[in-house]
Amino acid sequence: MVGAKEDILSRVRVALQGDAPVTDIPRDYRQSGTMNQEQLIDHLTDRLVDYKAEVKVVLATDLQGAIAEFLANARSVVVPHGLDAQWIAGVADADVVTDSSEAPVPVDQLNATDAVLTSSAVSVAESGTIILDGTPTQGRRAISLVPDQHVCVVPASTIVEILPEALPRLQPSHPQTWISGPSATSDIELERVEGVHGPRRLSVIIVEDA
Amino acid sequence: MSINLGIPAVRTRGEGNLFAHEKFPTAAKRELKNQQLRANLRHATHTIRDKRINVVSELPDWEDLRESGSRIKENVMARLPELLEQFEAAFTARGGVIHWANDATEANAIVTSLIRATGETEVVKVKSMATQEIGLNEHLESLGINAIETDLAELIVQLGHDRPSHILVPAIHKNRTQIRDIFRAEIPNASPDLTDNPKELAATARAYLREKFLNAKVAISGANFGIAETGTLGVVESEGNGRMCLTLPETLITVMGIEKILPRWEDLGVFMQLLPRSSTGERMNPYSSLWTGKNGQDGPQNIHLVMLDNGRTRALADKNGRSALHCIRCSACMNVCPVYERTGGHAYGSTYPGPIGAILSPLLTGITAEENSSLPYASSLCGACFDACPVKINIPEILIDLRAQDVEAQHSVRKAPTEMDVLMKGASWALSSGTRLKFLEKGLPAGRLLAGKDQRISWLPGIAGGWTSSRDIPAPPQSSFRDQWAQREKFQKSQGPQLFQQSQASPKPTGKQGE
Amino acid sequence: MRIALFSTCIVDAMYPATARATVEILERLGHTVIFPTGQACCGQMHVNSGYFKDALPVVRNHVAAFSHGDYDVAVAPSGSCVASVKHQHPMLAHRCGDAGLAADAEEVGAKTYELSQLLTDVLDVTNAAEQLGSYFPHKVTYHPSCHGMRLLRLGDRQRNLLESVDGLEFAPLPEADQCCGFGGTFSIKNSDVSTAMLEDKADSIEASGASLCAGGDASCLMHIGGGLSRRGSQARTVHLAEILASTRDNPLVIPEAQGGVVVLNGGTR
Repeated sequence: MVGAKEDILSRVRVALQGDAPVTDIPRDYRQSGTMNQEQLIDHLTDRLVDYKAEVKVVLATDLQGAIAEFLANARSVVVPHGLDAQWIAGVADADVVTDSSEAPVPVDQLNATDAVLTSSAVSVAESGTIILDGTPTQGRRAISLVPDQHVCVVPASTIVEILPEALPRLQPSHPQTWISGPSATSDIELERVEGVHGPRRLSVIIVEDA
Repeated sequence: MSINLGIPAVRTRGEGNLFAHEKFPTAAKRELKNQQLRANLRHATHTIRDKRINVVSELPDWEDLRESGSRIKENVMARLPELLEQFEAAFTARGGVIHWANDATEANAIVTSLIRATGETEVVKVKSMATQEIGLNEHLESLGINAIETDLAELIVQLGHDRPSHILVPAIHKNRTQIRDIFRAEIPNASPDLTDNPKELAATARAYLREKFLNAKVAISGANFGIAETGTLGVVESEGNGRMCLTLPETLITVMGIEKILPRWEDLGVFMQLLPRSSTGERMNPYSSLWTGKNGQDGPQNIHLVMLDNGRTRALADKNGRSALHCIRCSACMNVCPVYERTGGHAYGSTYPGPIGAILSPLLTGITAEENSSLPYASSLCGACFDACPVKINIPEILIDLRAQDVEAQHSVRKAPTEMDVLMKGASWALSSGTRLKFLEKGLPAGRLLAGKDQRISWLPGIAGGWTSSRDIPAPPQSSFRDQWAQREKFQKSQGPQLFQQSQASPKPTGKQGE
Repeated sequence: MRIALFSTCIVDAMYPATARATVEILERLGHTVIFPTGQACCGQMHVNSGYFKDALPVVRNHVAAFSHGDYDVAVAPSGSCVASVKHQHPMLAHRCGDAGLAADAEEVGAKTYELSQLLTDVLDVTNAAEQLGSYFPHKVTYHPSCHGMRLLRLGDRQRNLLESVDGLEFAPLPEADQCCGFGGTFSIKNSDVSTAMLEDKADSIEASGASLCAGGDASCLMHIGGGLSRRGSQARTVHLAEILASTRDNPLVIPEAQGGVVVLNGGTR
C-alpha cells in the first residue's frame, strides 16, 4: 500500500482548495469549577452512587480499616507494586499478590483473583469519573480489569469538579482508563445491567486529608 | 445563470456497507409493518431521548461546548493534512505503526496481512463503525479468520446472522426473548434453561467471552478520536469488552477514519463531555481507554493503526456537505428522528442509518451510487436532528443540498421528465408571478366539483395520490384571498372602510366550506 | 405601522379565511395592511425538493414583490414560509452568484415576521383577550410546527397568545414537539412514513381531549386536518389567526362534525 498516504493527503488538499479557511476555536465553556473540597466529595459520591458503585468517605487514619471492610470477602487480592504497603495491611485473610511490569501476574492468575486494590490519578466530580494512568500506585491496566472487584482509593486532593480541569493534570503518554461506575450494558431492551466484562463491583474510598 | 451545488471534484468512492440496495420508501414500507420493531424502536428512542435531555440540561455551558465542538471539527477539516502528519509522527514515535488505506478493499487487505503475520485464525473485536463500514468481518470470514464481536449487542447481531440497526444499540430491534433464543442456539455451553432475564443473558455472554478474552492474541478496534498533538487514540465504551481487547492481546489493530482527528489534548475536555451525554444520555460512559503507541509491558506490544479514507476525501470536497465529517457517531440524531423511530436502521441499507446516515452515505459514495439517492429524501426536514447534534451538523440543510445534487444528476441522464419534474416546472411557472397565480386561482371553484357533498377531496391521480392515500383535502374556497382583497379594495373606494366579514360576496348560512 | 401581508400561496388559494383573519387582527390594532399583488409563493417546496433551478424564478418574484416596498414590516401566517424567506432565499441567491438578489433577499428576510412573532416582539401583544378582544369558548390543543419551533425559535409565543384568549380552554398536546409528517413533498415521496407520523399526531390530538387543534402553519394544519378527516375523527384543525380574530360580537363558528364529516379550517364569521 505504498503511496496510499500520498494519495489520501493529496486528495485532502484538493478537496480543501481555497474554500476552507482555518478559523479560531472559541472556548467559552467552563474551564474551572467553583466547589470546595467538601462539596467536591459530596458531588463525586452522589455521581458514583448513581452509577451503582459503593462509596466510603474516610479520614486517612481510617483508610486501612475501610479497605479491609471492602475486601472482607476476598480470598485473593492483587496490588500494584507502587502501592503503600500499609493500605493492604489490614486485610488478614486474603492472599495478596504484587504486580509490576517486571513481574507481571499472568492473566489466568488475575482471572482467578477476587479483587484488586489501586489508587487513582484524578477524579471528576461532575461526571463521577475516576482516572487511572498506569503509574506505580495504579499499575498495569490488566490488574484493574480482570478481577471481579475493584477497590479504588481516591485522595480528596485529586478531585476536580469538571473535566477540563482534569486534563492538564494527566500525562497524555500514559495509558489511561477512565472509570465511571462498574461496567454496564443497556443492550437488551435498554434495561441497564451492571457488571458485564469489567469488574462487577466498584468500591471507592475517598480519603480526606486529616 | 447556473446554480453552484458544490459537487466534489475529488472522485474517490466509499465502498463496503455504505449502500441502500433498495429505495428507501420501499424498504420503509416493509419495516413499518414490523410491529415488534416499531414497539422496540419507540421505547428505545424515547428512553434515550429523555435521558439525553436530562443530562444535557444539567450543564450550564452545553451550548458553549457544542459551539467549541463544532468549531474544533471545522478547524480539523481545514488543517487535516498537517494534523494527520502530526498525529502520525507522534504515534510512530511511541512505537505505533500507521498504515493508510484508500478504500475498504485496501483496509481489509492491510488488516488481513497483519493478522496473517501473527498466525492467528481468531480475533476479538471492539464495536467499531469503521470496520462495519468496510465489511471487515465478512472479509475475514471468507478467508477463514473468525472475528468475534465482543460488544453484547454486536454479539447478539453476529450470532443471529443479522445486521445492526442502530449505531449505539445495534440490537435494538431484538427483544429479550429473541435474544435468549439466539444465545441458546448459538453459544456453546449456554444453559438450556437460560431465561430471558437481561442479567442472566449478560452473564452468559460474560462467561462465553471471558474465555475468548483471556486467550486472544489479536484484537481489532475502531477509535473515537485520535489526538494529533500527542498521538493518542481513544475508545469510549460501557461494558469493559473494549478494555479487554485493548489491554490483554499482544497485537492491537485499530481502524480509524481520517476525520476522527482532534487537534489537542485539551479538546478531550470538550468531546468527552459532548459524546457520552449525547450518546447514551449518561454523564459519562463507564469506561474510556486512551493509549499512545506502545507502553512498556502494559498492554499490546504490536500496535497498528489503519487510517481510512473510503470516500471521506470525497465528502470533504463537497463544500456544503463537508461538515457531515464532524460526526462523532453519538447517534443523538437517530434517537430524535421521527422517520428513524418508525422505520429502524435497516431501511437505510448503509452502516450509517438515521439522519446522519441519510447524508453521510451519499456523501461518501456519491449521490448516484446504488439507491443512495433515495436517502436524502428520508426526512420531513423537521430539524430535530440539528438541535440534538452535539457538533451542530446542519443535517436538514445538507439533506436539501443532496436532493439538489440528485435532481441535477437525474436530469443529466434522464430522457423524459418525470411527473415530479413536470409538477415542479409547472409550479415554478405558476408561482413566480402574482398575475399568473391570480389567473390560475380563477379555477378554484372547479376544484370544488372534485369534492363530494361532504366538502372534501379524497382521491387525486398520479403522485398527488401519495397524499390522498391517507389524507383528505378540503374543498377549495369559492375565491382566493387576493380576489377577496381586490373586492374589498374596490368596495372601500366607493363605500368607505369595510371589514372583511361584512364584505363577503356571498355569505353562507352554514359553516360548511373552507373559506 | 404599515404592514405588508405575505399571504403565502396555500393560504391565498386554499385558506383565505386565515389571511382575512390576519388582516383583521392587525387592523384592529390600528395598523395599515397592504397586499403586494406581485406576490405568489416563497419557493420552499422547490428548494426542499432539490429543484433549485425551478425555485429561482419563484424566489426572484417574491423578493421583487417585497423589495423596496412602502411598508415597515411584512407578516405571514406561516412559520415555514417565513423561515424560507429568511434562510433559503439568501442561500439560493448566493448559490447562483447573484449578489444583488442576495442583498435584496437579506433585506426582505430581515423585515419579514411570522404572525405570532410580529404580535409578540413588535406589536407588544401579550394578552389577546385584552388587546384584541379575542374570544373563543372551546377546548383547544396546539401543535407547534417544526419550522416555527426550530428554524424561527418561536418558543411559546403562539401558545401564550392562545392561552390568553378569553374563554379558551387550553389542553396540552402529548408529544407536541413531534413532527406531524408533512414535510412538503416528503408526504408524497415517503407517504407511508409520513402517514405513520400523522397517525401518531392524530392519536395525540384525540388523547388531548380537545375538539380543535390550533397551529400557525396552514400546510401542517392541512396535513393534520386531512388525516383527522380521513379517519373520521371528531377533532379538526384551526389556524391561530382565526382564533385570535374571533370575538364575542363576531365569533368564529365551528360547525358540529356530522358523521365524521369534518370541514377543515372551517367556519365563517
